[in-house]
Amino acid sequence: MPVVLVAIIKVVVPLLVILNLLPLMIWLERKGSAFIQDRPGPNRAQILGVRLGGLVHSLADVLKLLFKEDIIPNHVNKIFYLAAPVITLFVACVTFIVIPFADALPLKNGGFFTFQAADLNAGILYTLAMTSLGVYGIMLAGWSSNNKFALLGGLRSSAQMISYELSMGIAVLTVVMVSGSLSLNDIVLAQGANPLTWNCLRLLPACLVFIVAAFAETNRSPFDLPEGESELVAGYHVEYSSMKFAMFFMAEYINMIVASALIVTLFFGGWQIPFVDTATLRDNADKLVYYSALGFGSFSLLVGLILVTKFKKGYYGDSRDYEVLVLGVPAILVGLLLLVGTLINGHFYFGTEAKQIWAALFQIGLFLAKTLFMCWVFIWVRWTLPRFRYDQLMTLGWKYMLPTSLVTVFAAALVMLLMSQQDQ
Amino acid sequence: MEEFFFYLFASVTVGLVLLMIVQDSPVASAMCLVGAFFGLSGLYVLLSAPFVAVMQILVYAGAIMVLFVFVIMLLNLKEHELVYDRMNLKRVVVLFIGLGLFAFLTKLFLRIPKVEFAAVEASFGTVKEVGRTMFVNYLIPFELIGILLLVGLVGAVLLGRREE
Repeated sequence: MPVVLVAIIKVVVPLLVILNLLPLMIWLERKGSAFIQDRPGPNRAQILGVRLGGLVHSLADVLKLLFKEDIIPNHVNKIFYLAAPVITLFVACVTFIVIPFADALPLKNGGFFTFQAADLNAGILYTLAMTSLGVYGIMLAGWSSNNKFALLGGLRSSAQMISYELSMGIAVLTVVMVSGSLSLNDIVLAQGANPLTWNCLRLLPACLVFIVAAFAETNRSPFDLPEGESELVAGYHVEYSSMKFAMFFMAEYINMIVASALIVTLFFGGWQIPFVDTATLRDNADKLVYYSALGFGSFSLLVGLILVTKFKKGYYGDSRDYEVLVLGVPAILVGLLLLVGTLINGHFYFGTEAKQIWAALFQIGLFLAKTLFMCWVFIWVRWTLPRFRYDQLMTLGWKYMLPTSLVTVFAAALVMLLMSQQDQ
Repeated sequence: MEEFFFYLFASVTVGLVLLMIVQDSPVASAMCLVGAFFGLSGLYVLLSAPFVAVMQILVYAGAIMVLFVFVIMLLNLKEHELVYDRMNLKRVVVLFIGLGLFAFLTKLFLRIPKVEFAAVEASFGTVKEVGRTMFVNYLIPFELIGILLLVGLVGAVLLGRREE
């Protein structure tokens, strides 16, 4: 059954990519906050002296959370207490299956190979439905913990999510109207390769409303009232420890990655490479591979050389002294190998299919780069803005964002009507 | 394959609705209902109505039931505040009337002759077709339903308003 196999691969590979982005996100959050607050950030954890700029801390965290004692308090409602983190993580993980990572590849039999697990007819509605389910995990966690702080956190979270879902849905409606489709791949195609026609410029108010609502839906600062530690200790997950806490933690970051991917897909052209449409990209894939191999090779070489020159014996007095060599020498070798190999090989000559696959890889790369940038925006905002007060949160949601999104829908509809009349 | 999924989703729906009725805790009841909505949504997918299926999740499971659970949690009922139903003669009589009605309906249902339905075309149940049906073919009934819902909403606000 090759169809089933392809379907499994399509589901599993993006899931693995997102799960592997998690430690990177945690590292980015820590180093980003450290950068914003002008301190060095995590730099102690090491494996034989290798610290990777603090990345090893993520690994240490995983080990710590895995081996911590798994405590179930006596006063909780066991079934829901255990189900809540599972629901949260599950809902966070299933949303991405409709997100397209690259343009569809034409197949020999006339069909297309899509880079999304399911090109649903109602793709964007599916994502909205799944994000609206995320609140159950948090509410159940808050309720089943049988704890005042947790319950308040759960209540806050559900009130907040209901309030912001409306504006989010209406902002999406604007995008759907302009693109004329609910399928995410069609929405990306409708935006075109020119950044000036991307929805972030065409529908700026809807874009802003959606981004703000996405912050609220993912319970990220400045909307992290459900876990406001100054008032609620840790909010809905105050009674959770060990891996069950880790599941909430993972779900938060997966939600963040998925929300970033959605923002990029809906408003920032998805996998579209600025000014290069898919046909041009496919024609010139061989040149692009050649130059990017050269570019990556020289970059790796440069980084390796910088690292190696920093080597000083006796700086720390232990194995950490050799970290720059352990990282720098392989970087130099990889860089040299890529540069020399590419130069000796000369220009690549690809067949049509190889060109298409390389083009898709470039699109996937750019999509991930855009998504990571949006993730950085999430972190940037978290460590820059203070938390809202609860009444301010509700005022913003109901009195500012909802009218803005409604006016945007109306204005977009009016412009579309006028343009369609001009055409006739 | 389709039959297997039908029985799967149908038994999930019916089972969870039964669980919802017999549950003591209101939150557990509400969660069983949410689960039942998923079963229903699966049935809609089998009936080639993906749009209705997604809407079932988005509106019922994602919005209405969230509000239900929200209110239940806000009441925060304690164990001793819950009123348990006791069996008495009136209830037993009502139970037997209900069972009789169920038997009667089952008998009627079994008498329905088997009809072969024509297959629907591929576009059936897609967003486009649903939209065309609602906003072109049945625009006036659709708008009337909208106004009815609005009247209900205003009425609810009026009734629920605190006396000044």
